Amino acid sequence: MTFLTYLISGLALGSVYAIIALGYTMVYGIAKMLNFAHGDIIMAGGYVAFYAFSRFGLPGGLCIILSILFSTILGVVIERLAYKPLRQASSLSVLITAIGVSYFLENAAQLMFGSDTKIFPTILTDGSLKLFDGQLTISYLTIITIVTCIVIMAGLTSFINKTKIGKAMRACAEDKGAAQLMGININTTISITFAIGSGLAAIAAILLCSTYPSLSPTLGSMPGIKAFTAAVFGGIGSIPGALLGGLLLGIIENLTKAYISTQLSDAIVFTVLIVVLLIKPTGLLGKKENVKV
Amino acid sequence: MKNIFNNLFSKKNRSRTISFLMVIVAYILIEVIMNTVGMSRLFKSLLVPVCCYIILGLSLNLVVGISGELSLGHAGFMAIGAFTAVCVSGFCAQSIPNDILRLALSVLCGSIVSGIFGFIISVPVLKLSGDYLAIVTLAFGQIIKSLINNVYLGFDSRGMQFSFVTNELKLEGGKMLLSGPMGATDTAKISNFTSGFVLILFTLYVIYSLINSKYGRAIMAARDNRIAAESIGVDISKTKTLAFVISSVLAGMAGALYALNYSTLQPAKFDFNTSILILVYVVFGGLGNINGTIIATTVLYILPELLRSLQDYRMLMYAIVLIVVMQITNSATLKQTLEKTTKRFFKKGEAQ
Amino acid sequence: MSNPVLEVKNLGIDFGGLTAVNNLNLEVNEHEIVGLIGPNGAGKTTVFNMLTKVYNPSRGVIYLDGNDIAKMNTVEVNKAGVARTFQNIRLFGNLSVIDNVKTGMNNLYEYSILDMILHTSKRKKNEQLIEEKAEELLKIFNLYDSKDIPASSLPYGAQRRLEIARALATNPKVLLLDEPAAGMNPQETEELMKTIRFVRDKFGICILLIEHDMSLVMNICERIYVLNYGTLLAKGSPDEIKKDEKVIKAYLGD
Repeated sequence: MTFLTYLISGLALGSVYAIIALGYTMVYGIAKMLNFAHGDIIMAGGYVAFYAFSRFGLPGGLCIILSILFSTILGVVIERLAYKPLRQASSLSVLITAIGVSYFLENAAQLMFGSDTKIFPTILTDGSLKLFDGQLTISYLTIITIVTCIVIMAGLTSFINKTKIGKAMRACAEDKGAAQLMGININTTISITFAIGSGLAAIAAILLCSTYPSLSPTLGSMPGIKAFTAAVFGGIGSIPGALLGGLLLGIIENLTKAYISTQLSDAIVFTVLIVVLLIKPTGLLGKKENVKV
Repeated sequence: MKNIFNNLFSKKNRSRTISFLMVIVAYILIEVIMNTVGMSRLFKSLLVPVCCYIILGLSLNLVVGISGELSLGHAGFMAIGAFTAVCVSGFCAQSIPNDILRLALSVLCGSIVSGIFGFIISVPVLKLSGDYLAIVTLAFGQIIKSLINNVYLGFDSRGMQFSFVTNELKLEGGKMLLSGPMGATDTAKISNFTSGFVLILFTLYVIYSLINSKYGRAIMAARDNRIAAESIGVDISKTKTLAFVISSVLAGMAGALYALNYSTLQPAKFDFNTSILILVYVVFGGLGNINGTIIATTVLYILPELLRSLQDYRMLMYAIVLIVVMQITNSATLKQTLEKTTKRFFKKGEAQ
Repeated sequence: MSNPVLEVKNLGIDFGGLTAVNNLNLEVNEHEIVGLIGPNGAGKTTVFNMLTKVYNPSRGVIYLDGNDIAKMNTVEVNKAGVARTFQNIRLFGNLSVIDNVKTGMNNLYEYSILDMILHTSKRKKNEQLIEEKAEELLKIFNLYDSKDIPASSLPYGAQRRLEIARALATNPKVLLLDEPAAGMNPQETEELMKTIRFVRDKFGICILLIEHDMSLVMNICERIYVLNYGTLLAKGSPDEIKKDEKVIKAYLGD
């Protein structure tokens, strides 16, 4: 039973990673860049929800919507101001810019909100479900997290495959030049991608902060790195890969914490990652690119 | 005499000559200022770290710029060098009382151990490419940090004592070398500016020896066009390993120098952000550009300290500088005007 | 007649279900210049990619001086004596022109990593030799004056010549040229033909080349193979090929 408890909480953690990893993977697939500031958008989303709920006493649902809205706008604004002028630049220049944006957001947050840790309020729920005569306790939050992840995945998959914008996104990921010749507006498509990714980051923020209720300006960096790892683990650019990578990473992390060692969990998670990449050099669901000679 | 001068400033050797001149002149200037006008304590405290980061930048440039592979775990090699050196130095404190000798031995050990790890990590490097390679280096950095966080090492009359994850050492007298997340404490500060200067010269010597040799050409050829390089008989994996190992040896050396400059040092110092910091120096200086790395590292390391008067705003300013410089250097119109002016400038120079 | 330097028997490759090249037999004799022609998509470059092991052939054997090289990898094939150029130029763009050529000599002049770090006399001697040989090659290809500029800033025609110089620097027995005259004007092509002949005589090598410029092919090739849909359509002297009805049909259609 305890194993099941750890497995389920690992699944929940993995769901959060997966939601964040989706943002990384979509942006990577279309703009071919590692958006290092993605983790800090999570942080921004968390603070918005916190202030809306605790300071202004808005209802929970509204807080969530505000948080998503703010993060979405923030993501698009960052893309327009910082990344768009660098479309033709080397990928490393874009990477450094993203790092700059990340530093900027972290330090701006520190100035505005202070560097002290804030306790995140219970926006969602704090009840739990008792099964098997109380032998197995699952919090509603865990269930909400996992369900949210599934809903997002299903929604996103059908959005990408069925809608016109989704098709444009896939076309851009494949070949930007050809997509442009077919009349697809590259800039709009990239903006939409950032918007979706950032909106998802806000959802992840609320789930993450509700599970680990402490809020600080560097909140997003470690989940950011983990989710980025998850995206690569699953095969970067692949949406099902992000889900698989995220879930596996969360489960492995939780189980090592429970059964091997809390201090060594990072070392073990990253070792597993290296081993997987040695066996499957392009991640679990990644595509191999062929070079034409 | 004129011949030597022409050779030193020939197209092939110009960059090398400028590198050595720049470093030597800077060293002499700083020494003179320190001994005459004097220097604030703050600036003095920055000298050794700047030397360390210059070496780190140069060594990372070898991987990212010269070999063309993105590495996000350079702080890992730095950490290995640092904590190896601390242990060696602590262990030999009695047997080798001479500071310089002990420093040399510690730095040597730090470099060698880091080089061995560089060799081990180069195995996955050979199999992967691009972002997958980058993530392996990132993972490596995290693993090293996390492992050192759990090492407890000490020695007493009974010899070396070691424990992992939890501290079970019961030393009878003796000395703790590593104490988990606390890292190294009570380290004798035996690094100094001159040793940093000497190690920078050594680093430059190694890097220029490499890039002007057949090995260096092979590394750069593999970067520019892998398939063509193979078609003329360049063994890609061998050349990439060489670049990676040399880079990790140098990074270990810098880490050792760094560690022996502080009395306490925590493993948490060598995290992802430190790796990124070094990468920022390299990209700012220009990929593959050795003089650029030296200048960018110096400026960017000192900049936040100069901005100290802005207090809380300094890291914000630093972030803005990063973003703005990237926007400016990548703007097409600006690049053109810049090229035009430099061309005009050089033409004038040659005519005189 | 002496044994062929390069001999290919029954060579074939499948990509998934598609057979790109099948049942190819081909030989290049000592001192010969041989052409490999065919319509677009006939599989000519694929043949080169198999010969240099960029692709692994599905079937067949490749002999170089009687030794089987089909099991080797690209690097070993080059060391054994096959060098090539590429249809879409693949230079080391950031390296100087002379360094491109020098890189080709990496396996000819050995010195160890220790020699490299310690600047021993062995390093100096070998680097000197590399420098001299590279300059000599650049002079042959009329590139000496631009030896210190980055290869990517050379004009197109010069880039093609540099690729040949780089391939020759590996001291090959067989040189494979993939459309060496592509993008050149008639005058440059004329010049190139002279150089190819000169190189063949000077270095005593044999050459297999892919080319669409028929005047070049008919002019310098002693024998020609015609490839169509991945199989050999015809082979023979330039005059025989010119008259071959199957070849005319393949090029002009019915």
